Amino acid sequence: MPHDIIKISNLRRDFNVGAETVHALRNVSFGVKENEFLTIMGTSGSGKSTLLNILGALDKPTEGDYYLDGINVSNLSKDELAVIRNRKIGFVFQSFNLLPRTSALENVELPLMYNSGISSRRRREQAIEALRIVGLADRMKHAPNQLSGGQQQRVAIARALVNDPVMVLADEATGNLDSKTTEDIMSLFRKLNREGKTIVFVTHEHDIAGYSKRTIVLRDGEIIDDYENTGRPAQGS
Amino acid sequence: MNLFNLTKIALKAMGRNKMRTFLTMLGIIIGVTSVITMLAIGQGSKESIQEQISSMGANMIMVHPGSDERGGVMMDPSSMQTLKLEDVEAIQKYASHVSAVSPMVSTSGQAIAGSGNWPTTIQGVSEDFPDIRKMEVAEGVMFTDYHIKRAAKVCLLGQTVVDELFPYKETAVGETIRFRKVPFKVIGVLAEKGQNTFGQDQDDIILAPYTTIQKRIMAVTHIQSVYASATSEMESEQAEEEITRALRISHELAENEENDFTVRSQQELISTFSSTSQMLTILLGAIASISLLVGGIGIMNIMFVSVTERTREIGLRMAVGGRSRDILSQFLIEAVIVSVGGGLIGVFLGLVLSYGLGNILGWPVTVTEQSIVLSFMVCAVVGIFFGWYPARKASGLDPIDALRYE
Ligand SMILES: Nc1ncnc2c1ncn2[C@@H]1O[C@H](COP(=O)(O)OP(=O)(O)O)[C@@H](O)[C@H]1O
Ligand SMILES: [Mg+2]
Repeated sequence: MPHDIIKISNLRRDFNVGAETVHALRNVSFGVKENEFLTIMGTSGSGKSTLLNILGALDKPTEGDYYLDGINVSNLSKDELAVIRNRKIGFVFQSFNLLPRTSALENVELPLMYNSGISSRRRREQAIEALRIVGLADRMKHAPNQLSGGQQQRVAIARALVNDPVMVLADEATGNLDSKTTEDIMSLFRKLNREGKTIVFVTHEHDIAGYSKRTIVLRDGEIIDDYENTGRPAQGS
Repeated sequence: MNLFNLTKIALKAMGRNKMRTFLTMLGIIIGVTSVITMLAIGQGSKESIQEQISSMGANMIMVHPGSDERGGVMMDPSSMQTLKLEDVEAIQKYASHVSAVSPMVSTSGQAIAGSGNWPTTIQGVSEDFPDIRKMEVAEGVMFTDYHIKRAAKVCLLGQTVVDELFPYKETAVGETIRFRKVPFKVIGVLAEKGQNTFGQDQDDIILAPYTTIQKRIMAVTHIQSVYASATSEMESEQAEEEITRALRISHELAENEENDFTVRSQQELISTFSSTSQMLTILLGAIASISLLVGGIGIMNIMFVSVTERTREIGLRMAVGGRSRDILSQFLIEAVIVSVGGGLIGVFLGLVLSYGLGNILGWPVTVTEQSIVLSFMVCAVVGIFFGWYPARKASGLDPIDALRYE
């Protein structure tokens, strides 16, 4: 029985905009088990990013409990959250967010730079290994502007993998890519998932949800559906 | 996150913008270079003035007629006739911390030798005068008490006078010159002293027995001033007091009467000039510091631009585990590297410029260790001070907002 990577209950997140309060998330409860591939789906503004930011320890809920790998994240300080992100989470963003004029290898090394327990040699080895997993071992010295969009996103995925996180979070990670490249990237995520990674993927596109095993649908900050994708095996894998 | 990794991160970030890093550094480089150079010039001229004043006789004390404290109409001291030879005797008698004393009467006029003709000053003094003024006799001999008693028509020439009157002669000793129609036999030539601090040619003089000048040239019995030597620099002040007391007795001044003479020591002159050039040094240093300050503001300015420009980078660093203090340290380290690196280059250029001015233009420059240590420390402080605020801004960013920043 795989253990829970994520356990959240009655999560609420309010934003105060002037005098008004925006309820970005309300009464959200669910769990994510080890080695799941979960898609969070919903229209724009439904609260997907807000939820993912909380899952990724970038943000804290206004109310409710969040257990990540057995740790109650809701009680942690800013610095403790940073350490959690550094050790347990890998992020992939829509706009890649690679450091310009910095080689792929150094971009991938970045999370390990913030972990003083890792020697520079191990940092290098792990980064090379991560680049190899995403199929870019031959592009290590390339700067982002020398790589295609799909390759840049692969570098970003390698960066998310380099610290061997308990889960990888991706927010519209294919939003800036064409359909062919999207397919490649999604296949990569599937491959990672098959090799044991827990993945939570945010998207507003129904097609993309098909790559995952399970889909949670958000609307106006509430979960309106949560189902296993049994009948719709994705293509190309 | 250790300091080593942070420094590495900072260096990499700076390497991505080499030109900007260099231009930011340039402000500090110019600032430090000018601080070092200005302080070197200030210190150098201070030392050179002190040295020159001392070379005129560090123990020297001068007495002039008239009070310098008297208000109202200033009288030309040389026209006053309040100083007499008895005053010199009184000083010799009462001032125990005075090792030598000489009266002085001087007048200017044409010195003539053959067809040569030169306007100069003749100073009537006693045989102790060269000791007091730290003058040396290069050729021949100084006149003695014997010549003074007889008001002998002998003289010693300064080097400038020799050059003007006897340009082709091997030596002027033994020649005769005429001053206001009085013939003087040249018995010695003074060693060259060059210009003093005030640009006067110290070699453009003729020394003769004061008796000769009084009787044969000026037809006076008073003297214009008294030159004395304290037994040591330390006892200069004491000697000054004794001279004052001796002259008050000699002039029979009552308790409530002001001095009708002025006593001034070389020590006072040195301290006056020292404090003046100290002011100069401070002024030059202050002006140069402004450029250092401007350099610091340059750092702050560029850092702000850089923090704004790199907002997403900061967001990313936070997302992958950078804590606020890691971000703060990174930007602080960047600022300190810029300022201290600029400081190092500035110190080097400052040394080159200072010694360049010293060697090529012959300016008196002295680079003190303090000025190097000081400007270096100021650099580090400037970096931390001006880097702090932008770094705080960076570290205070919310990772989500920063990542979303366009
Ligand atoms: N920092 C914020 N301040 C105020 N409102 C916010 C903030 N972040 C998100 N929201 C609001 O929360 C809701 C959900 O936003 P978001 O999670 O970004 O949606 P999605 O990613 O699904 O498009 C939206 O109505 C949005 O306006
Ligand atoms: Mg979103």
